[in-house]
Amino acid sequence: MNSLARRRYSKSAPVILVLALLMALTALGFAASASTAEASTTSASDIEEGEKLFAANCASCHGLDAQGTDGVAPSLVGVGAAAVDFQVGTGRMPMQQSGPQVQEKQVQFSQEEILQLAAFVASLGDGPAIPTPEMVDAALGNPAVGMEIFRTNCAMCHGSVGGGGALTQGKFAPNLWSTSPTHIYEAMLVGPQSMPVFNDANITPENKRNIIAYLEFQQDGSPGGLKLGTIGPVAEGFWGWLVGLGLIIASTIYVGARAS
Amino acid sequence: MSTDEKQHSPSEQHVDGEWVDPGVPYHRPRRSDSDPKAAKRAERQVAALFGVSILGTIATLVVYFTQNQTEDVESIRLVNVLLGISLCFAMLGIGIGAVHWARTLMRDHEMVEERHAMRTSDESREVAIQYLKDGAEDSGLTTNRRTLLKGSLITAVAIAPLAVLVPQIGNMGGDWNVAKFRHTMWAKGTRLARDPDGSLIKASDVTIGSVFHVIPDGLNELEHGKLEEKAKAIVLLIRLDPRDLNLQPGKEDWSFDGIIAYSKICTHVGCPVALYEQQTHHLLCPCHQSTFDVANGAKVVFGPAKRPLPQLPIAVDGEGYIVAQSDFHEPVGPSYWDRLKGGSSPAPSTEEGHA
Repeated sequence: MNSLARRRYSKSAPVILVLALLMALTALGFAASASTAEASTTSASDIEEGEKLFAANCASCHGLDAQGTDGVAPSLVGVGAAAVDFQVGTGRMPMQQSGPQVQEKQVQFSQEEILQLAAFVASLGDGPAIPTPEMVDAALGNPAVGMEIFRTNCAMCHGSVGGGGALTQGKFAPNLWSTSPTHIYEAMLVGPQSMPVFNDANITPENKRNIIAYLEFQQDGSPGGLKLGTIGPVAEGFWGWLVGLGLIIASTIYVGARAS
Repeated sequence: MSTDEKQHSPSEQHVDGEWVDPGVPYHRPRRSDSDPKAAKRAERQVAALFGVSILGTIATLVVYFTQNQTEDVESIRLVNVLLGISLCFAMLGIGIGAVHWARTLMRDHEMVEERHAMRTSDESREVAIQYLKDGAEDSGLTTNRRTLLKGSLITAVAIAPLAVLVPQIGNMGGDWNVAKFRHTMWAKGTRLARDPDGSLIKASDVTIGSVFHVIPDGLNELEHGKLEEKAKAIVLLIRLDPRDLNLQPGKEDWSFDGIIAYSKICTHVGCPVALYEQQTHHLLCPCHQSTFDVANGAKVVFGPAKRPLPQLPIAVDGEGYIVAQSDFHEPVGPSYWDRLKGGSSPAPSTEEGHA
């Protein structure tokens, strides 16, 4: 009877189980995100090429005249080149499948084709243009000012250091560390999907560059060691409760158990 | 050990339905008790653990004196991680070593501690009571003698706590003024300004889909209580397509061409509600997921909040700047006692969220 009981209570089993669970979850957390390519020169003479690309790749949803289809796709008149460069340049468009949120994926076009598409859409109506390399150069921005602006306007969704966070019903604010400076700038200008618009009257072009400098600064890493995904109190609480309490329980079992 | 074995007999559990004390569990001897080799090994293990601690301490000191911490984030992290790991070994080595020592090498003796009644014996009680009686008689407290002494003692003891309590209560005195929750810095004609720099906002700046984080103009110039005023007065300014905005009865002229302003303080427990989803017009509170529908008077569509966010009535002044028409018409933030009593203008806060 006692030998049976002893076999049932393998002392290390709960500890190993907790550790295995933690490792699995940590591995999940490191699921990587894709990076995006970038180029910067625009040319207005590409409108014709862009129109062909649009007819072949976008018109099935947005319509040949880019007026959109009710309930399927919005009108693209007046969204500007910045919106096209962001949506197509991050692989969100053309959309692969519907869902709570259109997600980043492999970019489907070359940068040249993206610029041609952008030139065509920009020719349909006035909208925000693609920023110049100087406008998004993190080296010219002030990360300290950027932090203040980011904390007030962005941190509630994207997290205090841009790690991203959850929204409602499957939507989420993405992590910003692998997003190119141009795409960050364009996202503020056009407000893609759930994100509100931050026009140049709200956040000046200079402050947009400061925000980019602040986000760039996060690439240096965290001085405190393990970042736990920096998605806020959920991850930290999870580690505190599971790892912290798990270790306390494990050591209690160890101290209280008899030696062999 | 012999007593242990005598007490142990797992077969007798119940005799005629009566519960019998099963005694302490079977005593299993440790390997280190019977095998001198195992004991020697355990001794070496304990010594090795203490050795780990010694190395950890030395490593901590070496890291402290050799690693130069610069402004560089990478070097700060390196120093922190190295210090943390070596300190961990320094402390853990002692702890685990001591526990291992006690478990493997110290006397393997099981002890039974009997529980006794807590009550002291009658004799001891009588003696104690007699001491108290003698003392009381000696001091004269129970008789009519020494009234001056008694009076001064009672007064001294009675007022002594005031020396601690008065400063303590006095320091928090101001916060008992609940009335100040009813009013914020907003007043007729106060211009809306950007948080944090305080620059003013023109109606033309607020394009459709925009969100501005707003403080009252003049907040940054306050000398006292700036944070307190900000915590009450912060506002979220949003512009929707006017076709999407359902104006609420009695508040038709509180917004301007789709530009609408709500208090940023959740009516649940007061977190800043600022996660605005442009497409659904939903405003999400990050603390407990209360969701407000900006297009429909910020009524609650999900979560624990019970009331819509208070709306700030706004207008546009002669120079094109957005101004407040008045203060909020109801107290902002979570509910509290007397919330709706004696406010400046009784608010039409009848639209309760889904409960």
